[in-house]
Amino acid sequence: MSVLAERALRGDVRALARIISLVENEEPEGEEIIKHLYPHTGRALIIGITGSPGAGKSTLVDKIIAEFRKKGRTVGVIAVDPSSPFSGGAILADRIRMQRHANDPEVFIRSMGTRGSLGGVSRSTREAVEILDACGKDVVIIETVGVGQSEIDIVKLADTVCLVLVPGMGDDIQIMKAGIMEIADLFVVNKADRPGVEKVVTEIKLMLDLIGTPDWRPPIYTTVAEKGDGVTELVEGMEEHRKFLKQSSHGEKRMKDKVIQEIKDIMSREIAKKIEHSWENHGADVHVKAVFEKEMDPYTVAHSILKNIISENKLREGASER
Amino acid sequence: MSKKENIPEILELKQAYEAQVAKTMEKRPERRKEFRTGGNIPLNRVYDPTDLEGLNYARDLGYPGRYPYTRGVQPTMYRGRLWTMRQYAGFGTAEESNERYRYLLSQGQTGLSVAFDLPTQIGYDSDHPMAQGECGKVGVAIDSLADMEILFDKIPLDKVSTSMTINAPASVLLAMYICVGEKQGVSMDKLSGTIQNDILKEYIARGTYIFPPKPSMRLITDIFEFCSNNVPKWNTISISGYHIREAGSTAAQEVAFTLADGIAYVEAAQKKGLDPNVFGQRLSFFFNAHNDFLEEVAKFRAARRMWGKIMKERFGVTDRKAQMLRFHTQTGGSTLTAQQPENNIVRVTMQALAAVLGGTQSLHTNSMDEALALPSEKSVGIALKTQQIIAYESGVADTIDPLAGSYVIESLTNKIQERAEEYISQIDNMGGMLIAIEKGYVQKHIQDSAYSYQKAVESGDAIVVGVNKFQIKEDHADMNLLKVDESVGERQVQKLKELREKRDNLKVKNTLENIRKAARDESVNLMPLILEAVRNYGTEGEICGVLREEFGEYTENIIL
Amino acid sequence: MAEKKIRVVIAKPGLDGHDRGAKVVARALRDAGMEVIYTGLRQTPEQIVDTAIQEDADAIGISILSGAHAYYFSKIIGLLKERHAEDIIVFGGGVIPDADIPALLEMGAGAIFGPGTPTTVCAEWLEKAVAEKRAKETV
Repeated sequence: MSVLAERALRGDVRALARIISLVENEEPEGEEIIKHLYPHTGRALIIGITGSPGAGKSTLVDKIIAEFRKKGRTVGVIAVDPSSPFSGGAILADRIRMQRHANDPEVFIRSMGTRGSLGGVSRSTREAVEILDACGKDVVIIETVGVGQSEIDIVKLADTVCLVLVPGMGDDIQIMKAGIMEIADLFVVNKADRPGVEKVVTEIKLMLDLIGTPDWRPPIYTTVAEKGDGVTELVEGMEEHRKFLKQSSHGEKRMKDKVIQEIKDIMSREIAKKIEHSWENHGADVHVKAVFEKEMDPYTVAHSILKNIISENKLREGASER
Repeated sequence: MSKKENIPEILELKQAYEAQVAKTMEKRPERRKEFRTGGNIPLNRVYDPTDLEGLNYARDLGYPGRYPYTRGVQPTMYRGRLWTMRQYAGFGTAEESNERYRYLLSQGQTGLSVAFDLPTQIGYDSDHPMAQGECGKVGVAIDSLADMEILFDKIPLDKVSTSMTINAPASVLLAMYICVGEKQGVSMDKLSGTIQNDILKEYIARGTYIFPPKPSMRLITDIFEFCSNNVPKWNTISISGYHIREAGSTAAQEVAFTLADGIAYVEAAQKKGLDPNVFGQRLSFFFNAHNDFLEEVAKFRAARRMWGKIMKERFGVTDRKAQMLRFHTQTGGSTLTAQQPENNIVRVTMQALAAVLGGTQSLHTNSMDEALALPSEKSVGIALKTQQIIAYESGVADTIDPLAGSYVIESLTNKIQERAEEYISQIDNMGGMLIAIEKGYVQKHIQDSAYSYQKAVESGDAIVVGVNKFQIKEDHADMNLLKVDESVGERQVQKLKELREKRDNLKVKNTLENIRKAARDESVNLMPLILEAVRNYGTEGEICGVLREEFGEYTENIIL
Repeated sequence: MAEKKIRVVIAKPGLDGHDRGAKVVARALRDAGMEVIYTGLRQTPEQIVDTAIQEDADAIGISILSGAHAYYFSKIIGLLKERHAEDIIVFGGGVIPDADIPALLEMGAGAIFGPGTPTTVCAEWLEKAVAEKRAKETV
């Protein structure tokens, strides 16, 4: 097993940080390490915090960390911010709200850019969560970009999804339409010292009645994250949900679905890589010209190239080097 | 403007002129494709009466000291009394700063302006862990009334007006000043001066906040109330645009965000039951004097006219003094360069002139070593002389608002007002300045302006002499910069130890408990209780420590 | 393999609240394709170093206008040494007189970018410094 992985399992922060970088940069060593760490995963309570910008997610996460720390739990946080589509760079500033925990040795906070991924999380967020889980964090919190529509991604990664809403923002209705309401396991109405709280709570209840909640009825919490009000109850709710997942068949199915999704995602990624890599080797230019001049259609071309790729049976570049 | 100009005749002349311009441009195009002010307002080639159609002297300009105050807030302005020459100063210990203040007063400075160090500005005593390395560096270290007494040693508070740049803990420093007055035998009602006390701009641009917005507004309005009743000659707030501009805003944004802050303060005080006709008289403002000369002069005039209108129409204020925007100006520090520092003397002169032509009530001129360190005695002397030369040798102070009626100045004054009003309207729609700040609306605009300016300098579009053009190889090794003694912190810690031994600690404890109780009750004015704690030599850190526990601390909003 | 981004922590240590420069530099580095972890105001040296380690940062950029530069550079560089993280590049800017720069470089700072430095100079220097650092690592 790699030295880095050993060190990380023993609690070396730098090694842990390095491993996350390796997977983020998609280095082969990273994948090897994940394979070795995977058996150690499955302990952590994985929480996804999502909601529109301005809902107070970061402030809430800061208080949630404090609450878990009070209970003696270790915490990992992945805070995702959007990368610039033009330069590929990013300004990652979510941790500002949590910086008082920066030098708590039992808390590990990592900022990630979306790096081209369109969802509210980045491609390697899942791996980063697994690494934190394997290395002993009791709780792993994922804070997403909060773009509104693409929060669906968070369901694939987190076991407990919290949707944070704010009264009077006007976007609660939009979220309800986008189907995001259906993925939340807990609802949080933050900035609850503002007018309009009751309205939001009522709207959530109505929506839940409409879609039906046969297995788990998502509880609704009101918080004032700035002051820390309501956070104790919220965290208790998260632990309740975790108990539910562990004890119910619904929960087991969900965990299995997560595994299936991860396997499929890895397969998709590999195939996509293969397609990119092989594009040149299969005389793509000629085919492109043919399609452009309407001599062939894109479906025929695509199927033909795919057949060639699969028949070569090479799923990884450099496989011959092994 | 005065009598009806013959517009058709002028337009005819203009046509002929433009034909000639076209011919000239064929031989020599203009230096740029288009010309704009620093704040991005397009500048015409030439301004004429057609640019001022619709301007009504009585309605839009009027006379100095009378609504709408465009031309100035006092009837005789500098003919009656020159602006106050008030150099911001302070560093190291109270002893060292006291020496500098007495030097400046002897050199003809007419008012004091106190700079406090960062621990003092943020409510920490010099022995607090966060104060390490910072004591005395950007201003004087003041931990208790004992330090304040030394700071004003041999300075008669009934003869000198003092401006204190202090915000979150303003109540404490004001209390100290009052107590020093008491010891000198000067009663509160004779004290004259200003505390900056403007927390909103701290959130926006300056960063020395302590508490969250709600309790901060409470402290500020407590001070308004207390001073209205007890310290009537005191300016209870200096609503600031200087720092907003330094953070990178345009001139129009500087006006807009400052006045929007003002609106928020007036609303808060009104909600508390205070009468704007009364406390409005003691609101003051603080602006930047930046590079673009014409735009700056116009900016000050626009701000005056806008605030008069806001107080009159939005708040129904009838008292003339409460309608007036009185302001202090500081020349723009961020315009000064580390390269070829002597050039900064020239920049400051232009900027100071703009402030005077804009009708400022008091002025601080920066020193040439601004980008390198705190001012040396020599360089602050030159900065002061700059003001004196303008006052006594240039003639501009001998007639009021001399640039009024200038086609470009009146046009720019209107333009800046227009743009600023748009920003204020958007802020109103959001629900006011507190919400705009929370949403990051204000900060985003400022940062965007700052970034485009940086890009303009790097592309060579904006020229900074000595920095991206006309550079020379230079050596600053022999510049004799001011160095703050590293031992300030140690000395202060020692003083604190001695203080705690000498004072009545039980009494102090009781006064702090009273502050704590009152902090929980919004209906109680905290000032008298803070005064009691200060009188008994409770330290600033102790008082702010209690308030921190009760009010909590503010975390900044990041929009990048 | 995805491209290895440069990750930089931009920090404001101590009580100085002037962040115009830090924010402009952060944006410029982002526009140059780097991932910038912006810590905000009032950071202690411990917070800054812990952040850099957790974020696996290549460099820390320190912005100080309050005159406390000698103190903070020394503390931060000292802490990095203690945590065996001295390969993390340290650079900075703000109001730092020329005469004080040699001492900071002596302590271990890689570069000090004074007022008037174009952001492109800073970005290019960082790219070069990080490339050198990474070359040493693979050896």
